[in-house]
Amino acid sequence: MNVIKQVFGTNVRQFTMVFALVALLVGFHLASGGRMLTSSNVQNLISGNAYVLILAIGMVMVIVVGHIDLSVGSVAGFTGMSVALGIHQLGLPWWIAIVLGLLLGALIGAWHGLWLSKLGIPGFITTLAGMMIFRGLTIWISGSVSVPVPDQIHFLGSGYLPEWGPGFTGMNNSTLLLGILAIAVLAWSQISTHRSRVADGETGLDITPVIIRVVLIAAVIAYVTWLFGSGRPGTSFPVPGVILVLLVIVYHVLTQRTIFGRHIYAVGGNKAAAALSGVNVSRVYFLVMLNMSFLAALAGILFVGRATAAGPNDGNGWELDAIAAVFIGGAAVSGGIGTVAATMVGGLVMATLNSGLMLMGVGADKTQVIKGFVLLAAVAFDVYNKSQGRPSVIGRVFGTKGGGQQGTASTAVAEDDLRTEPTPKITAD
Amino acid sequence: MTTAPPILKMRDIVKVFPGVRALDGVTMTVNTGDIHAICGENGAGKSTLMKVLSGVYPHGDYEGQIIYRGEEVAFKDIKGSEKEGIVIIHQELALIPELSVAENIFLGNELVQRGLIDRRRSMREATDLLARVGLEVDPSTPVKNLGVGQQQLVEIAKALSKNVRLLILDEPTAALNEDDSANLLDLMRGLQGRGITSIMISHKLNEIAAVANAVTIIRDGRTMETYPVVAGQVDEDRIIRAMVGRSLDNRYPEHVSNPGEVALEVRDWVVEHPVVPGRLVCDHSNFVARRGEILGFAGLMGAGRTELARSLFGRSYGIHRSGTVLMHGQEVELTDVRSAIRNGLAYVPEDRKSLGLNLIDPIKATIVSAHLKGVERRGLVDERAERRIAEGYRKSLRIKAPSVDIGVGTLSGGNQQKVALAKWMFPDPDVLILDEPTRGIDVGAKYEIYKLIQDLADQGKAVIVISSELPELLGISDRIHTICEGRITGEVDAKTTDQETLMRLMTTTSGTAAA
Repeated sequence: MNVIKQVFGTNVRQFTMVFALVALLVGFHLASGGRMLTSSNVQNLISGNAYVLILAIGMVMVIVVGHIDLSVGSVAGFTGMSVALGIHQLGLPWWIAIVLGLLLGALIGAWHGLWLSKLGIPGFITTLAGMMIFRGLTIWISGSVSVPVPDQIHFLGSGYLPEWGPGFTGMNNSTLLLGILAIAVLAWSQISTHRSRVADGETGLDITPVIIRVVLIAAVIAYVTWLFGSGRPGTSFPVPGVILVLLVIVYHVLTQRTIFGRHIYAVGGNKAAAALSGVNVSRVYFLVMLNMSFLAALAGILFVGRATAAGPNDGNGWELDAIAAVFIGGAAVSGGIGTVAATMVGGLVMATLNSGLMLMGVGADKTQVIKGFVLLAAVAFDVYNKSQGRPSVIGRVFGTKGGGQQGTASTAVAEDDLRTEPTPKITAD
Repeated sequence: MTTAPPILKMRDIVKVFPGVRALDGVTMTVNTGDIHAICGENGAGKSTLMKVLSGVYPHGDYEGQIIYRGEEVAFKDIKGSEKEGIVIIHQELALIPELSVAENIFLGNELVQRGLIDRRRSMREATDLLARVGLEVDPSTPVKNLGVGQQQLVEIAKALSKNVRLLILDEPTAALNEDDSANLLDLMRGLQGRGITSIMISHKLNEIAAVANAVTIIRDGRTMETYPVVAGQVDEDRIIRAMVGRSLDNRYPEHVSNPGEVALEVRDWVVEHPVVPGRLVCDHSNFVARRGEILGFAGLMGAGRTELARSLFGRSYGIHRSGTVLMHGQEVELTDVRSAIRNGLAYVPEDRKSLGLNLIDPIKATIVSAHLKGVERRGLVDERAERRIAEGYRKSLRIKAPSVDIGVGTLSGGNQQKVALAKWMFPDPDVLILDEPTRGIDVGAKYEIYKLIQDLADQGKAVIVISSELPELLGISDRIHTICEGRITGEVDAKTTDQETLMRLMTTTSGTAAA
């Protein structure tokens, strides 16, 4: 038991959601007669859900600052359609259309951000309006018909990495290279963290659990690499998956390791205290909303690529999938808590349910019901844990900034309640 | 003045919170038809006593006897006391801004006919009640459109609608301007004429002197004195002596300061209340703070101490009207919090939970949060440096926590305050403003905080301490400024002054100077 603790960190429960995901994958694999964990299925799972996961990256940041963005589906649909029309009707080169599409997304985000940061209109309202505006515009500019997109965009949306090099590896060598790189980077980071902790004079550190952890990580990545790389010739880890992984890395670092990331959590945790610590609260709001629509534009373009055409109803209901992923990932409705990594786990749980239930022959209607209950159960479990004074389980997967460990806060509260004199009411401007 | 039996007797009331006896045997008698004033320092137990009386703390939660109109009562909740005609009006008004005056008056006691609100009767009765408190507004006006003074009158009208016999007013004039205050005091006399007994908690001795028939002074949860007075002839010095008369023992570490050059100078600082137009929360304030000096600010709740501090700290409170700030002799524009921090100013708020800390943050993230640039390396937060710095403060300030990874919200008040201090020590400011630095923390932790404050002064920083506890200010400050109603009313040498002098300066209001 002690070894497990040392390998997975002091709180094994932090990994509950990851274990749940693994259990789901294995369970569906067995129940579907071995059709879940196959190359083609996981490839589809990733390229078919990359757009929702990309939306969820932006959404977790919006939710951490204490707002919500309902417009992401409409914005994704609108920018996807704009890109398709730009290429198809204006004859723009595909890459210029993409750049303009991403800029358009950022511009829409700035529009939402301005209403929130300058006028203080809650994100819920501004983006509800945006949801209608951009859905309407999508149908309007498309004339209610689908618009095809060229192969380059198709490549981004569901393409595969190139084949090269020797054949004896028995798999796609691009995927293999990515896998080896991932193992190297993660192993190096584990060991260097351990080294720096030793250098900082922490005592009682043992190298054994670190080595076990590295071996475990390597084994998992090796398996995943094999799974993605050994499909039928010409397939690999999908291109949208590569884009997603890059985004996750960038946004993980942005939220966990930069000053801006700290500011996001500060604003979400206690806006007034953040302002009195010198954080420009309205700037944080603005940038987070801008970023959300930028990512929505990217998601829209990838989706259009996968579908090979932009449709007027693309993006309907995506906001709800993204929000569900964030909350299954343990974010708090009140803000301040939630991480990109945990949100990805939440999104993958949803994606796995979709895929697994489909393999089992469960209809879309029942799948929807099951997903609803899973969302409720995951959040209820987390809230119950918090109310019991135990640390939030799923909010802290991997994350260092999902909040500190909350123990028994009651002692501190009781002490402060002693002062029964009313405080003069201070209205922060 | 009365021949009727007393309306209320409270005997040996004891109320214990974990670790502290907030009330330690309070005994008082309120005669029918009196205006009975309760005085005491902040934290003396006045509000706790009123919460015991009104059933906020239910029977069984406290010890002692409450005899109301000749019978022992045991209220289970506030409804129970209201049914008997005891109504409490809190300092922070409990009106709902979006509802109309009439709806607010009958909130919780709606006039109903066959399951529906009887609007006509509500309006009619509300009009009558408003006439009784002398408020001439349409009862259908939303409360948010009324001034604070008018809202206070609506509260009283609401109390009257409950057939109040004993009205408790907690700091009724704290948020009011002078005219509204005078108005309210008149109304209290009017209610007295109609046989309503009032208990009034107040810091303003001139108001007590004007209307009270009896005074009870509470200190440290005990009744110090309780005696009848004649309105208009109240011995304010006697009240002050009883309020503060605790001896100063060595609860304050020995310290000799070496004040140096002026670090902060504030000239002609004028700030208007953010909501109440025309009310100046800082009224032409001037002061200086020197390096290596501990400067105290004494004032009662609502006097404008916090408002002064926050308006200086990047204008984070109120509307700036005029005035300049000089740091190290140079005029600086502190138009937002970031510029204030950049210029070497730090402000540790009095309300740790809502303004000071993000309670879900771990200790390490909190400590570096006001100066993230200090742990930034190549665009990223250097987590090793963060941990090292946080560990350093945990050891040097003796923050009781198993590690710097745990949440600030799990710490006790004293340790939270140490984290808050560390957060503002890390940017290495020249001037630190500490607002009620020992509020809600135990005696042992207080001593450590005092040591810290003195260490900061010894490092050449100017430390400004705002406190409601006069012994504390006298114990640790070098100089003390007193504030009353937004004005700086005095400057005294802490070593040669006593609490009574301070209290006199703190309660000196325009026109009715107590001294």
